[in-house]
Amino acid sequence: MPELRYLDALNRAHHEEMARDERVVVLGEDVGAKGGVFGVTAGLLDRFGEERVIDTPLAESAIVGCAIGMAVNGLRPIAEIQFADFLHPAFDQIVSEAARMRYRSNGAFGCPLVIRVPYGGAHGTALYHSQCVEAFYAHVPGLKVVVPSTPYDAKGMLKAAVRDPDPVLFLEHKRLYRTVRGEVPEEDYEVPIGPAVVRRPGRHLSVFTYGWMLHETLRAAEMVRPEGIEVEVVELRTLRPLDKVTVLRSVAKTNKALVVYEDNRFCGYGAEIAALIAEEAFEDLDGPVMRLGGPDVPAVPFARSLEEAWMPDADRIAQAIRRLARY
Amino acid sequence: MPVEVKLPQLGETVYEATVGRWLKRPGDRVERFEPLVELVTEKVNVEMPAPFGGRLVEILVPEGQTIPAGTPIALMEAAEPVTEPAPAEGRSAEERSLRLSPLVARLAREHGISLEELERVPGTGAGGRITKHDLLRHLEERRTPTPLETAPGKGEREDRLVPLDPVRRTIAERLSRSVREIPHAYALVEADVTDLVRYYERSREEFERRYGVRLTYTAFFLRAAVEGLRAYPVVNAQWTEEGILLRGRVHIGVAVSTEGGLRVPVIRDADEKSLVGIVRDLDRLVRRAREGQLSLEEVQGGTFTLTNPGVFGSIWSMPIIHHPQAAILVTDAITKRPVVRGEGIAIRSIMHLGLAFDHRIFDGEVAVRFLNRVKECLEAVEPVTR
Repeated sequence: MPELRYLDALNRAHHEEMARDERVVVLGEDVGAKGGVFGVTAGLLDRFGEERVIDTPLAESAIVGCAIGMAVNGLRPIAEIQFADFLHPAFDQIVSEAARMRYRSNGAFGCPLVIRVPYGGAHGTALYHSQCVEAFYAHVPGLKVVVPSTPYDAKGMLKAAVRDPDPVLFLEHKRLYRTVRGEVPEEDYEVPIGPAVVRRPGRHLSVFTYGWMLHETLRAAEMVRPEGIEVEVVELRTLRPLDKVTVLRSVAKTNKALVVYEDNRFCGYGAEIAALIAEEAFEDLDGPVMRLGGPDVPAVPFARSLEEAWMPDADRIAQAIRRLARY
Repeated sequence: MPVEVKLPQLGETVYEATVGRWLKRPGDRVERFEPLVELVTEKVNVEMPAPFGGRLVEILVPEGQTIPAGTPIALMEAAEPVTEPAPAEGRSAEERSLRLSPLVARLAREHGISLEELERVPGTGAGGRITKHDLLRHLEERRTPTPLETAPGKGEREDRLVPLDPVRRTIAERLSRSVREIPHAYALVEADVTDLVRYYERSREEFERRYGVRLTYTAFFLRAAVEGLRAYPVVNAQWTEEGILLRGRVHIGVAVSTEGGLRVPVIRDADEKSLVGIVRDLDRLVRRAREGQLSLEEVQGGTFTLTNPGVFGSIWSMPIIHHPQAAILVTDAITKRPVVRGEGIAIRSIMHLGLAFDHRIFDGEVAVRFLNRVKECLEAVEPVTR
């Protein structure tokens, strides 16, 4: 099985899905001639032509709006938004149109659309290229929100998203593209939207996380292992619909829960996980449900030192783990 | 703004109470010190007075529920602003050590672990908190069987843990404390109560007809005990670090076996009462004990205790002193025995009178003299031989 980078796994999924189903089209800024700003759509234009691989103007609302029209009319569009920070102009299209299409048409229309969005803080990407947007969209019924964190899941979940009859917001953390490698089968497979996965079993406490924070958390779990703390790491993978069963089962096992996310802590997605555990696993808790998130500042700062101070990392996660383990 | 009304700690060793009848309904106006709710503890039933005047807003604990002291039981709106009294220092420490996580609370409930038992579980968590691990280890230790118990069981004959109810727990605590603190010594004499038995048999019907209450041997024993205490006031005493406290009044507790466990109601000023007065008091207290109606006043303040296991047939008992009293008189069963009288052998009604006493307060000689005084009284009951 070849070992691929995260972005290569996504590229493979594009090629395979476009070859499998001619209804699949790709549109976005620089997705054609340039092959995408990160190279995820490389080679698609040459292979499938400009009818199916469309470079668009810098107009995110138009990109998503066109994609919705395509989806409703029988195509299977994959819209790439260059950075999550620029998804906001399309908020209305996504929330008021795509997400509600099935509901509004009483089931007559679906909106089989994938919106791919690179997100999150990376080295030096600063105010306009670092945002976490999952909490805005996970709030919306009718949308599916997925965050694969391994090359295997990236390929399998993109395929599942393309084949899904409803709109899927597909979040790709920018740090994953070139730093994370993993075995990716060459054959066709899907990683279903929905199930969370236990990435590391442990018995003292559970950490629930997703995206780049999965990798920081796995490092933190390794750091505290010599101290006798066995951490169970649960990767959520799909933020909506949430796999409650896996979350609650893990809490029932370890009886302590820490939620780690990169977004601002206040009203971040992890708050929903904390609330779920408090409500439905109350009598399983042997400690307070804790959250570790980014600080409540308006944006990721540009200066390297400040960016590092901003970003939750393995050290900080290990500290939170120790605190909860001691409780 | 509604203020929480909490279950008070009703006695030094009373950790919980069962909420009885609510005497006020939500919405009712309540005067300060007006009875709010009946509380049932392992010892007594009491009416809890309202801590302040105002309006009962909400009942938080329904009738029949048993809760630890300090639990909010109702919300009241004050007529005038109230300031909550600062909690006693010991209490807050207690509450801190017993702040349980939901999991630990659930496990304790599922395994029938009482609050009292939880207090003994060493906590290794933050601030001495009992963690899941601490509780599981405690359960493991509790479960570890002794070698005797590991013998192969047969069918249903397995060990069964009966959780402690408040009465059993209090009894256990009092007795353990007594044995721990008081160096017990025992004295025993034999009394010939043949005349007493005859008197009793001959006069009880008439007594009941005349006074409307049933005559019992216990009343005679009490009268005799009073005589003993009069002669030897040091037996009606209690040990303190400052000295021996001779009790000025004679309040004799009488151990009563009830379905709910042992109760010890107190006959006040027993030395001022006639036999009939004692019989009346006894009749009332025993009935109230069996009905679970004893008030706090009726069980408090004893200076000496009488226990009468003779009613169950015991012929020689070694009781434990009712802490902090100096002594407890035990009267055993009256049995017919062949005894030497003069040069011959006679069949007489014989009983043992025993005294368990605090050896710090007096010595064996006093104990035996006291018993002999009691014995004299019992043997001197007017013979009704005709």
